[in-house]
Amino acid sequence: MTDLTQLTLSEALKKLKSKDIKASELTDAHLTKMESNKDLNAFITETHDIAQEQAQKADERYANGTAKALDGIPLGIKDLFCTKDIRTTAASKMLENFVPPYESTVTQNLLNDGAVFTGKLNLDEFAMGSSNTTSYFGNVINPWKRNTGDDAQLVPGGSSGGSAAAVASGMVMAATGTDTGGSIRQPASFCGIVGIKPTYGRCSRFGIVAFSSSLDQAGAFARTTEDAALLLQSMAGFDPKDSTSVDKPVPDFTKNLTGSLKGLKVGIPKEYRVEGMPLEIENLWEKGKEWLEEEGAEVIDVSLPHTKYALPTYYIIAPAEASSNLARYDGVRYGLRMPGQDITETYEKTRAEGFGDEVMRRIMIGTYVLSAGYYDAYYIQAQKVRRLIRDDFMKAYEKCDVLLTPTAPSAAFAIGENEDDPIKMYLNDVFTVPASLAGLPGMSVPAGLDTKGLPLGLQILGKPWDEETVLKVGNSIERAAGLSHMPVTLDGKREAA
Amino acid sequence: MDRKTVKKVARLARLELNDTQEERLVEQLGNIIGFVETLSEVDTNNVEPLASVVDNELRLREDKVVDGGQQDAVLKNAPETAEGYFVISKVVE
Repeated sequence: MTDLTQLTLSEALKKLKSKDIKASELTDAHLTKMESNKDLNAFITETHDIAQEQAQKADERYANGTAKALDGIPLGIKDLFCTKDIRTTAASKMLENFVPPYESTVTQNLLNDGAVFTGKLNLDEFAMGSSNTTSYFGNVINPWKRNTGDDAQLVPGGSSGGSAAAVASGMVMAATGTDTGGSIRQPASFCGIVGIKPTYGRCSRFGIVAFSSSLDQAGAFARTTEDAALLLQSMAGFDPKDSTSVDKPVPDFTKNLTGSLKGLKVGIPKEYRVEGMPLEIENLWEKGKEWLEEEGAEVIDVSLPHTKYALPTYYIIAPAEASSNLARYDGVRYGLRMPGQDITETYEKTRAEGFGDEVMRRIMIGTYVLSAGYYDAYYIQAQKVRRLIRDDFMKAYEKCDVLLTPTAPSAAFAIGENEDDPIKMYLNDVFTVPASLAGLPGMSVPAGLDTKGLPLGLQILGKPWDEETVLKVGNSIERAAGLSHMPVTLDGKREAA
Repeated sequence: MDRKTVKKVARLARLELNDTQEERLVEQLGNIIGFVETLSEVDTNNVEPLASVVDNELRLREDKVVDGGQQDAVLKNAPETAEGYFVISKVVE
């Protein structure tokens, strides 16, 4: 009998529809997989009972012919999405016991489509990090290992590290994530799976614990581009509860997935050739260009002159918005409270106890750049440079339809590496942050393995609202790369395909 | 970046820091601020700040209760409540 956790989401849907398998079997297989992969620490909260109940209902709907788009598909939810009556922590001590009385719009959309939630996935605390080592609930371990014989535990990337590790190891068929500066694309690259962040405004932010409101956007992790398209389809859509949600029709993301690339222009931004980038990443990028040319696309050079200012811009805007958003954690209405002599001391003790080092660091940076005397020099200047960065992209898109870049400047690194210096950690996001600032759709697709046997992703960036082309180009790379692919550990063994 | 500034910012952010944290933050914030300071070299004359990438006008809706009467749900996660209120330490002498 086939291992149900090795199916793709789209294969599983077909088998469920044809009644080859039952939703309850599919869910049970994934719950078992979660047990055998506990050492990855991908979940903060597991919801076995709820999942089994949802799967049973899905089976009833398949039986009586009322099945929905994702009926019976076991998914993991990043623990940044509020889920009604299920603890939602943001991986912070501050919210260790927070049980939302409401459901985020994105997870409600998934529930409406019949999805099964097997649990809440680990992440960097408040989504702040690039290695999933800032979680109050412990590090997430990447299911991949180097083939060099060393047994180092690798990071899954961040902040959506639990999502990426769970999908890559077959514990769930797909997972939600959020991306503020690369938090979907970079972990997807590190774990050898597909991760897509749609255009800012495509998915509702209602009920997602806020980090940086002008950047945060929900997106999808899956093992194939088709599966990512199916998940995003369900997540996306206008929501009056989010003032930045945009009222645009959502196209059918799977419709043109496998179309020809004839006539398509792919831009290669020369500024993404950064110093110190490993040769194998450069080579993979070259290979990506060739693959797309073979599919009929035309590859051209473009320039995004303000690229080098993207990270500094991001590290003003994101902490500034974070310091404001996280002001709500005051120990009064929900979350942790550490009593002090007076209300101010209660605030100070609560926040010192509830937030980890990276979160405190970012609140401090944000408060500093927003404080009197510095606001114009840092925050307003960063917003101006943000416009220049966005303008760069818009000018490039006059000449091309998508951009192709590496997703990250390295493969997954070992836990503990890059931790001595926050800036070194921030450099992980050098290729993902610019598109976040510009609000563009972006996707990482696994494109190859490095000499140590670790996955490397290529990033496709699209025009605003053109996820369809991003997915189509991603699908083309996926087919050309032919990583057949089921990375890792889908059979429970820690070995690369 | 000096100790005094770190103390001031921590106070603004309502974060209690111990000596070790303060010392570490003097160095780390100094480095990060040094890193972001490269932005000052960009000529941004006549550039409008970009606050949001979507140019949504804020939507207005009818001034009607759509989701009210949720007192229990609102108070459910509070550390301390009494008589339907959040409880905090005394602020008025």
